[in-house]
Amino acid sequence: MEFGFTFSNTLAAILTIGIISFLWRDNPLYKLCEALFVGVSAGYWFVSLYYQNLLPQLFDKLGLTLIITPHADVKEGALQVLFKQGRFDERILYIFAGILGIMMLMRLFPNLGWVSRWPLAFIVGTTSGLYFTTYFQSNAMAQLKSTIIPLNSINNIVIVVGTVCGLIYFYFSKEHKGVLGGAAKVGTWFLMVTFGASFGYTVMSRMSLLIGRIDFIFSTWLGLVK
Amino acid sequence: MRREIPLIITGVVGFTYIIQFFIPHWPFNIMEHMLTDWMLIIFAFAIWLGVLNLMKVSLDRISKRTKDWPYALVTILGFLFIVIAGFFFSGGRRFLDPGTPFDYIYQFIYTPLSATMFAMLAFYVASASYRAFRARTKEATLLLLAAFFVMLGRVPVGDAMTSFLPESVRLSKFADWIMNYPQTAGQRAIMIGIALGIVSTSLRLILGIERSHLGSD
Repeated sequence: MEFGFTFSNTLAAILTIGIISFLWRDNPLYKLCEALFVGVSAGYWFVSLYYQNLLPQLFDKLGLTLIITPHADVKEGALQVLFKQGRFDERILYIFAGILGIMMLMRLFPNLGWVSRWPLAFIVGTTSGLYFTTYFQSNAMAQLKSTIIPLNSINNIVIVVGTVCGLIYFYFSKEHKGVLGGAAKVGTWFLMVTFGASFGYTVMSRMSLLIGRIDFIFSTWLGLVK
Repeated sequence: MRREIPLIITGVVGFTYIIQFFIPHWPFNIMEHMLTDWMLIIFAFAIWLGVLNLMKVSLDRISKRTKDWPYALVTILGFLFIVIAGFFFSGGRRFLDPGTPFDYIYQFIYTPLSATMFAMLAFYVASASYRAFRARTKEATLLLLAAFFVMLGRVPVGDAMTSFLPESVRLSKFADWIMNYPQTAGQRAIMIGIALGIVSTSLRLILGIERSHLGSD
């Protein structure tokens, strides 16, 4: 990034100050920057998803890219294989993904909104099937495996006691009384330390972002800090 | 028809993924690969739906001249600006290359806005913590102390304050210890709980017991 009072830096600085101005109070400059942020973010994802997802995954595989732009530097798609070589290419099945995607867009029309349930059901099904195995493997089994460790140091005891007591806190099938209640109480303490530490960590990451923006204004743009 | 077919789609697709995990061979491996690609394509259309809906709502606001409608116009202009730059003036698939108009908008409009927007959260959390961190109970005190030591341990002043101590017990090391042991233990309990919750919810969805995502009619 170039330093100094250039047009680009001034534009970025005005937008930065516009957002920060909300600390004073809600004002037209902040609202303008907020509206611009929403529009530009939406456009960014619209274009990025087309080039990084829809074009290579759908249009190239089906062969629509070569139909629209015959001189494009891409491999032949399923349609070219089908019509030029007379061979079935399994990539033709991607047309169903395209159809489901268009059905998703039908949600924009109130009368046809119900059609979007099919792609929605597909997303729910894939996500459920994927998460069923991956979460069970990585978050449940792997974490349990890492917790079964020898109790030969304070650190290991902290890990085992904290995890077991934390899990007991989340066990609601029996009233938290007696030993169970005591363990749940210890679990609460560990959870509080976890939330506090995570909070501190989040604050620090946000602070580093803020420092980055302040540094941009005073160093990159105004050149006051060398 | 409106509910049965979606339920069948969810069940078949969900079971395919589960079977593929246990039998990663033909035809399930091919099916899993293809379904994952399909999912990415439909995800992209879902996000397009959100974007187009935003445009629709913004156009409605402009046509009805509702309160603050000029900002809806700014949203649409911002959207069109980056979309036209991305599709027509940024070299197609190389739209993210340095120097393209799309990259310029990303560098000098999108990044400052998004980074500052997230940085603002530092002030909001500071305000929220003022209210939440008053040491009224034992649990709140633990929350406060953990956050205090982690924040102080992550900046040079934390070590400077404890410079008279051996290096192994300075504040940065203590913050690391909190992150590596008590925090990990609590995080692990939460992760296992979440995983069990996801597994049971996934099974309910695949078996068609949970149908709320299909709507009421």
